[in-house]
Amino acid sequence: MSTVTADAAPRSAGLSTTLRRSWDKHWAAWAMVVPVVAVLAVLIFYPLVNGIWLTFTDQTEANQVAEICTKSITGGEVCRENPNAWSFVGLDNYINVLTGKVGEFWQWTGTTLIWTAAGVAFHYGLGLGLAVMIHREMRFRGLYRVMLVLPWAVPAFISAFAWKFLFNERLGLVNSVLNAIGVDSVAWFANKSTALFVAVVTNIWLGVPFMMVALLGGMQSIPEELYESAEIDGATPWQRFRNITLPGLRPVSMTVILLGTIWTFNMFPIIFLVTEGQPAGSTEILVTGAFRAAFEGIRNYSLASTYGVLILSILLIFSVFYRRVLRKQGEVW
Amino acid sequence: MAQMTTTPPIPASPTAASLGTVRVNRPRRGRRSVGASIALHGTLILASLIALGPIAWVVLSSFKPGYAVQSTEITLVKDPTFANYEYVLFETNFPIWFLNSAIVAGLTMLIGIFFSATTGYALSRFNFPGRRGLMMVFLVTQMFPVSILIVPIYKIMADLGLINTLPALVIAYLTIAVPFCAWMLKGYFDSIPTSLDEAASLDGCGPFRTFYRVILPLARPAIAVTGFYAFLTAWGEVAYASAFIQTDDKYTLAYGLQQFVPQFNPQWEYLTAAAVLVTIPAGIVFLFAQKHLVSGLTAGGTKG
Repeated sequence: MSTVTADAAPRSAGLSTTLRRSWDKHWAAWAMVVPVVAVLAVLIFYPLVNGIWLTFTDQTEANQVAEICTKSITGGEVCRENPNAWSFVGLDNYINVLTGKVGEFWQWTGTTLIWTAAGVAFHYGLGLGLAVMIHREMRFRGLYRVMLVLPWAVPAFISAFAWKFLFNERLGLVNSVLNAIGVDSVAWFANKSTALFVAVVTNIWLGVPFMMVALLGGMQSIPEELYESAEIDGATPWQRFRNITLPGLRPVSMTVILLGTIWTFNMFPIIFLVTEGQPAGSTEILVTGAFRAAFEGIRNYSLASTYGVLILSILLIFSVFYRRVLRKQGEVW
Repeated sequence: MAQMTTTPPIPASPTAASLGTVRVNRPRRGRRSVGASIALHGTLILASLIALGPIAWVVLSSFKPGYAVQSTEITLVKDPTFANYEYVLFETNFPIWFLNSAIVAGLTMLIGIFFSATTGYALSRFNFPGRRGLMMVFLVTQMFPVSILIVPIYKIMADLGLINTLPALVIAYLTIAVPFCAWMLKGYFDSIPTSLDEAASLDGCGPFRTFYRVILPLARPAIAVTGFYAFLTAWGEVAYASAFIQTDDKYTLAYGLQQFVPQFNPQWEYLTAAAVLVTIPAGIVFLFAQKHLVSGLTAGGTKG
């Protein structure tokens, strides 16, 4: 702590004692978190700052060096300025992206919203339904649970592949079944709505287990006595669900919906591998569209970062808004 | 964090949490009518079929010869053969990629558990300056799209000379896994009564010893879930792997397998066999973790 002004000296002494006291009290806690903080600072915070800075430049793979060096005949190196070196471009990247000069920002955003809303709604709805069922005592309960959670253990790129295989136009099981019942094959990846449908189904399939398990966990922390007394008071199963289960799950639900939204919004492999944006880029979501716009051909670092900053901003605004709504409803979270 | 203000009190003890899996709604048992029973089991069987169906179909296809995979006929078993597996295991670099993936995922799991456990414990037990900020940072890291981080991280890795090495991947995956895992473990540690810590400290244990000897053993379910999550994160990641790894002998499975998918003529029969081989280790880790999944997450991923 270097304080320049003279009158700040006592305060700085005060500060150092505060610091020392704070250190004595908290050293163990700090020691426990310091490796994680250090790694996050280097690999998340620094890249973030660097990325934001890049958005104001036009840096690409091709123009990132400021000098071009060539070996001369005498063996020494001659360096001259790169005539095409990158430069600052102000807000041009943002203007290009938002006006649609580069990529299809608004279309991708629209698709992302459909993709996220459908994904999270079904994850939560199906997860809740299955959790309610499996929470009851019954035969084969453990077995059902293992089977229902199993999709979670399948790596996302394998799920993507499996579903792409099932919906393959020529040899996929889905079309074979359709043919067997007398329906013509559907070219699933030939138009936007069916292609997006396949991707959403894949994502639902792989996301439900997490929701189910998290909600199941939440249900187990709801005291049994509440159900017993409700039953004595003659509450119907629906009333018990509505007035005990749902409110009891509130904290869990709020967290998993927020996390689920963020994860689905940024879910890269499914769209990237299942639809590959087909047909004609119409099923791209923001993360995949940005990736293709920026990394196909010459890698455009500044463009990638611009999209990144925009995506991050959308999610930040969403979570601030989300938390504010929750707080208004009396949830201190 | 008083997040429970509007909700019924939650029994705050590890025993309650671990008993949670066996505690059931006893009064309702036996009162279910036959019809309701059939509906319940029917729905669950249907759901299980949907959950297992795609996996089962890939497994069945992996034992078919190429022409049967390519045909439109629906057959469960057709001329069963190991040829696809033989090809993948002996004719490609699959074993090397497999080993690379195992190293990367194993290290991510072990280091990830270690770091997220200590961090989660500190967040749960000590009210130190910066605690709230760190919790927020963990949530915000979940929002970062890979596309913004990949270039700067690439440059850092290049400066450190780590490009085309497996440690680069381990470090990158830790940044994905640790924030969520620490958050989850913090929630679980919250459910372990602090009186245990106090008792340990009266017996002369320092904070590290308390953590290691008293709290950690009680948190086994949550540790299992954390390990599972970290392992899976590393096992299935594609974007960083494709950016940081450049030579065939360093590929991980997720990236190496892309080589079976040429643009126009995908070799589906080999892909199915490879998919099965890739899923097996993840499945084994899952089987170890699965009985802890619910109780581990009970308190875990669910509190702010």
